[in-house]
Amino acid sequence: MEQSWKQAKAVFAGALGPPLFWLVLFFLVPLAIVWAYSFGQNVGLTEISFTGTFENYARSIEPLYLKIFAKSAWVAAITTFFCIVLGFPVALAITFAPARAKTWLLLLIMLPFWTNLLIRTYALIAVLRTEGYINQSLGWLWNQGSGLATLVGLQPLGAFTPLELLHNNFAVILGLVYVHLPFMVLPLYSALDRLDRSLLEASLDLGAGHLRTLALIVVPLSLPGILSGVLITFIPALGAYLTPDLLGGPDSQMIANVIERQFKRANDWPFGAAMSFMLMYLTFIAIAAQGLLSRKREVRS
Amino acid sequence: MSARAKREAPGPLEYLRRWPLRAWLAMVAVFLYAPLITLMVFSFNDSRRNIVWQGFTLKYYEKALNNDSLIQAFVNSLTIAALSTAISVVLGAMAAFALWRFRFPGKPAVDGAMALPIVVPEICMGVALLVFFAKVLPWPQGLPWPLDLGAIIISHVSFSFPFVAVVVRARMASFNRELEEAAKDLGASEWRTIRDVVVPHMGPSLVAGALLAFTLSLDDFVITFFTSGPDTVTFPVKVYSMVRFSVTPEVNAASTILIVLTVILTAVALRLQGDPAATHGAHGADKP
Repeated sequence: MEQSWKQAKAVFAGALGPPLFWLVLFFLVPLAIVWAYSFGQNVGLTEISFTGTFENYARSIEPLYLKIFAKSAWVAAITTFFCIVLGFPVALAITFAPARAKTWLLLLIMLPFWTNLLIRTYALIAVLRTEGYINQSLGWLWNQGSGLATLVGLQPLGAFTPLELLHNNFAVILGLVYVHLPFMVLPLYSALDRLDRSLLEASLDLGAGHLRTLALIVVPLSLPGILSGVLITFIPALGAYLTPDLLGGPDSQMIANVIERQFKRANDWPFGAAMSFMLMYLTFIAIAAQGLLSRKREVRS
Repeated sequence: MSARAKREAPGPLEYLRRWPLRAWLAMVAVFLYAPLITLMVFSFNDSRRNIVWQGFTLKYYEKALNNDSLIQAFVNSLTIAALSTAISVVLGAMAAFALWRFRFPGKPAVDGAMALPIVVPEICMGVALLVFFAKVLPWPQGLPWPLDLGAIIISHVSFSFPFVAVVVRARMASFNRELEEAAKDLGASEWRTIRDVVVPHMGPSLVAGALLAFTLSLDDFVITFFTSGPDTVTFPVKVYSMVRFSVTPEVNAASTILIVLTVILTAVALRLQGDPAATHGAHGADKP
């Protein structure tokens, strides 16, 4: 049982004081300032006055920005979807693997996760760009094919046109899936690992196939884990900055890129502040929705 | 079906031994590793254009190691990671201890506030700290190294110590409170009990938390991007500016060094804590 703080006031203050102080000063205060800015106005170059206006929020729901919000949510949703599709079989394989293989498979998933995000993004650029490895390999195959065609007396194929793989929405989604896949696999694994295996065996014994067992037993039972995986993938994908910035084209801007521009280039801090709080509210809505969904399930069962 | 295949037929739940799943795993592994491995292989390629294999060379490593600004960025990153990890472990352990041991009014609020840095989007935290260090606490320019990294270190501590607190608190759940009482009955002071009974129990989680904080700090780009000045460039920020211009073998070489470092760190971490299944699942962590 926890001790009441009154029984050891000095220990309590000594232990909680420093972290709480740090949290307030270097996290909550900065957020509060941004929140205050979101109701402010630019006066002059560096002065911002707190006028209590809602103008910044009104601007953030103009069609131009609303479209960026919708697009970011859409991109994050597609990313999450592909992460589930790719990650679920992996989590399943890890769950039912023998202990030794389990360790190695988890390591396989976690090692890229520990690798620097920038390096991973850079590696993708090297693979996808016009002179990248994919286009080089395709070009080589194309030339071989062309040579083969002339050999059998056909017209040679035209010059190889490299695929545009980089600087578009495809690259952004690919990059986000690449980066976030481990975020999905780990919660899925820990949910599947908690399943009662006898239920699965019973289903298989009673004649259901593997796919049916999966759809009717495994997925419903591990739904809370799937939901938390969805949340853990969706939130960082929604606020992604680096991936759309480096892999995206002019039309693949996401919310974070707009926010960055307001603070670093356009120098419109109040509007940037409003945008970043809109993003925070979206995040909190996603968390609350997940909480509600899992609570509803608990009540039902 | 041959006799051998029959003997080795997979059990009903041995999904790993079924070929569709194996093929899927192989595909995911290629997806995750092919870009990183090509990056590492081509850092040894003797060609500026970086595409077709021209022969083995170490010249890009030489170039990267002689690139002073790159080395400076690398040293900055490691320094920031080390210092912010040290502070984060102390603050995280204190927070975990206080939240584990005491009940006090406003505890749910403190709990929630501690979780905020984990869930708030990086970009929001980045701009908040940018504003904070621009308006409230302008970090003095031109301080001697490593004091000039102060703003970045503070920011990194802010996002990593709550992670440490989570890890340590999970570990404290397995602590037997009677041990604490026994120590006190035997005459140990409050401080002595914490030092000799509670902290040793935290042990593995302090290591795990420190590794987490170190990696988070080394990996961070967005928040550093908003809090770093022109003279305080970290490795990710430096690579970012290099990548914006072009893809060069030098970046490949520098990245390879960092990847190898990551692999070594991970290996050390696993050595220290046993298998990752024990640290990632909530179970199996209770061995003394």
